[in-house]
Amino acid sequence: MAEVNTGGGDKGGGKKRAKKMSTKIDMTPMVDLGFLLITFFILTTTLQKPVVMELGMPAKDEEKKETMPLKESQAITILLDKGNKIYWYQGADPKTADVKVSDYSAKGIRQVLLQKKAEIGEIFVALIAATDESSYQNMVDILDEMAITDNRRYALVDFAPAYKEAIKKGEAADAK
Amino acid sequence: MAKVKVKRHGVSLDMTAMCDVAFLLLTFFILTAKARPDEAVQVTPPTSIAQTPIKDSEIITITVSNDGRIFMGADAQPVRLGMLEKMGEKNKISFTAEEKEQFKLMENFGVPVGSLKQLLDLESEERKKEGVQRGIPCDSVRNELGDWVLYARMYNPKQRIVIKADSKSEYKVVKNIIDALQTQKINNFNLITGQENDPGVVPKKKKG
Repeated sequence: MAEVNTGGGDKGGGKKRAKKMSTKIDMTPMVDLGFLLITFFILTTTLQKPVVMELGMPAKDEEKKETMPLKESQAITILLDKGNKIYWYQGADPKTADVKVSDYSAKGIRQVLLQKKAEIGEIFVALIAATDESSYQNMVDILDEMAITDNRRYALVDFAPAYKEAIKKGEAADAK
Repeated sequence: MAKVKVKRHGVSLDMTAMCDVAFLLLTFFILTAKARPDEAVQVTPPTSIAQTPIKDSEIITITVSNDGRIFMGADAQPVRLGMLEKMGEKNKISFTAEEKEQFKLMENFGVPVGSLKQLLDLESEERKKEGVQRGIPCDSVRNELGDWVLYARMYNPKQRIVIKADSKSEYKVVKNIIDALQTQKINNFNLITGQENDPGVVPKKKKG
């Protein structure tokens, strides 16, 4: 370490009074210590505080109470498949539905949701089902799209066997 | 001309200001810091526009690693102890006082209850090694995760379930967990995500 402070008190000549001591302290080690501790704290802390997305699942095996019947035309079904693919259709029956392909980009499913919501209105419901091959990222993404489009009426449902047909149709539509 | 002798000065810097800055930053970091918990596996959650900050008390965290292993932990030490005792009773394993003490200090764990004793014998560094923690079984045959959560909630029913899954993990695993917990009538989950900016497509109404 370099010698830093060479006092400033002893000017020659004059009367020898009680020597005025310099009040300067060498701060270098203190600064070193300060930065060392800062480094330590930066490295041991999580900078970004994680946030939580709330997910409420529909209750199972409860007695079906009075529920409002849902018109087929008011619902769209969104199927998440492997390879970040989305297939969706309007209505309840995958056999007759016209299955379309979409993706997670801003121009993909988000526009569909916005458009359908504008067409159908507040009563619009989205049913989301994911295949076993889809990733957790897909699930969070689609839930996030619901949040982005401010759509509160959605449900994450089990993958019913009937959806397989819709996926097949979707794959066919995708291949075109 | 006489040579002017350059007088050698000690390079003197006033460090006071720098010292002030350093300690100001230090204070800031200490006050805002929350120590990174000592978790068994590193997980990168996906991002979302969610704004709700995570509650850090009364939670049960279920972690899913990118290869589908399931880990579980409760934040409160008495809960940890309580669920270990109950789980031991159920599976007829008795834990020594020392093992209980070790378990109380573990942020989370991911082994079937049968191998929990071996895990507790290891040093905390060795527990993080690959292949040591294979995940808690959670399927229709052996639903240990469900038991753990049940016992943890028996101790304190107010605890919320927080799922922290890696973005690369399979949906199947998360679905399994949700299904297993729904049989206990747990229908609300909190999914941990990273922050992302809201593209602002739709003006949001305030919740409430």
